[in-house]
Amino acid sequence: MAFLDFVPNLGRRVLLTIPNLGAATRFLLRSLVAVLNRHFSIQQLLKQVYGFGVRSLLLMMIAAFFTGMVLGFQGYYALVRFGATSALGTLVALSLLRELGPVLTALLFAGRAGSALTAEISSMKATEQLSAMEMMAVNPFAWVVAPRLWAGIIVVPILCVIFDLVGIFGGYLISVPVLGVDGGTFWAQMQSNVTFSGDILTGLFKALCFGLVVTWIAAWQGYAAQPTAEGVGNATTRSVVTASLAVLGLDFILTALLFT
Amino acid sequence: MEKRAIDWWVGIFVLLGIAALVVLALRVGNLSGFAYNDGYVLHADFSNVGSLKVRSPVRLGGVTIGEVTHIGMNPKTFMANVTMRIEPKVKLPMDTGASIYTAGLLGEQYVAIQPGGMPQNLKPGSTITMTQSAVNLDQLIGQMVFNKASGSK
Repeated sequence: MAFLDFVPNLGRRVLLTIPNLGAATRFLLRSLVAVLNRHFSIQQLLKQVYGFGVRSLLLMMIAAFFTGMVLGFQGYYALVRFGATSALGTLVALSLLRELGPVLTALLFAGRAGSALTAEISSMKATEQLSAMEMMAVNPFAWVVAPRLWAGIIVVPILCVIFDLVGIFGGYLISVPVLGVDGGTFWAQMQSNVTFSGDILTGLFKALCFGLVVTWIAAWQGYAAQPTAEGVGNATTRSVVTASLAVLGLDFILTALLFT
Repeated sequence: MEKRAIDWWVGIFVLLGIAALVVLALRVGNLSGFAYNDGYVLHADFSNVGSLKVRSPVRLGGVTIGEVTHIGMNPKTFMANVTMRIEPKVKLPMDTGASIYTAGLLGEQYVAIQPGGMPQNLKPGSTITMTQSAVNLDQLIGQMVFNKASGSK
């Protein structure tokens, strides 16, 4: 009777989703406000910025470099038919600054740092470390969750700027020395079509939102995980999948709101 | 890992981010241009500059030798006044001409320099008088259609 179970199961899942969303939102607000708690330490925050940011830097730069080079190649073959290769610089820069930079940074961040964050918090829960903290009157939101959440919000925009820059440099390396596009035109066209507030800052605002959403989902999945070995594994998988889908969906909404 | 080492790495990371933002703002966005700051300035009057923009390239024989730094209007002659900054090593003769061309059919517009043959060079700040304006594609098509129509009568 697997099919007949499907209908009530669907109803239960929908009914479970709504209070879960509420609990996740309460979790987010408690963690963000926990910055003011006396157990929040800057040293913990710096440690997380190091873990999330500095140690993802090489990965981001390599990914950005290849993304930029591919953009240069594909853009060239699309534009050369119309004799419009002078627009290649604009194409590479706008694609990276507006979409690929923030989205790819967030997706890589979800895989690299988000998964580790979920695994860490859920195994702390499984080994009852979070309960032990509460027993010692240490607020686990201030000591564990808040530094990670704020580190994510700080780190993703910085990684995104570096991603954009390395990507544009990769695109330049393919376009100008390899494919023979004029270097002056490449930069001049880019400069006359890219605006600082309209393209660069809005791209970074996107990255900021993605940083918040990815770390929120990762921390919440860890916090809400079943306190078993299997639960830790499930939570990690769900964290990466949910965070990636959330980034892509949110990107659509932000693009519709910001670039109209 | 030791506390101090983490502080250092995080500091370097944040500085790297700020540096990347500054480079993006200056080199990719158009907050300011520092490409040809050491060149000398020339002016040229055109009756029509088309869609020439500030920072469009100035080329001689296809090679970029400078960029447009300002486009203004001369209220007495109703001519568009284009200010260009030229690389210092390029010395142009007095009878040099300037035209506005388009790179490709849909490409950007640029100033093309045709060097003359006089022994004296243009001094910094002087004006090129022999100019040819931008070709207005709409006008050309309009003329062609009009000629066709009147010719078929």
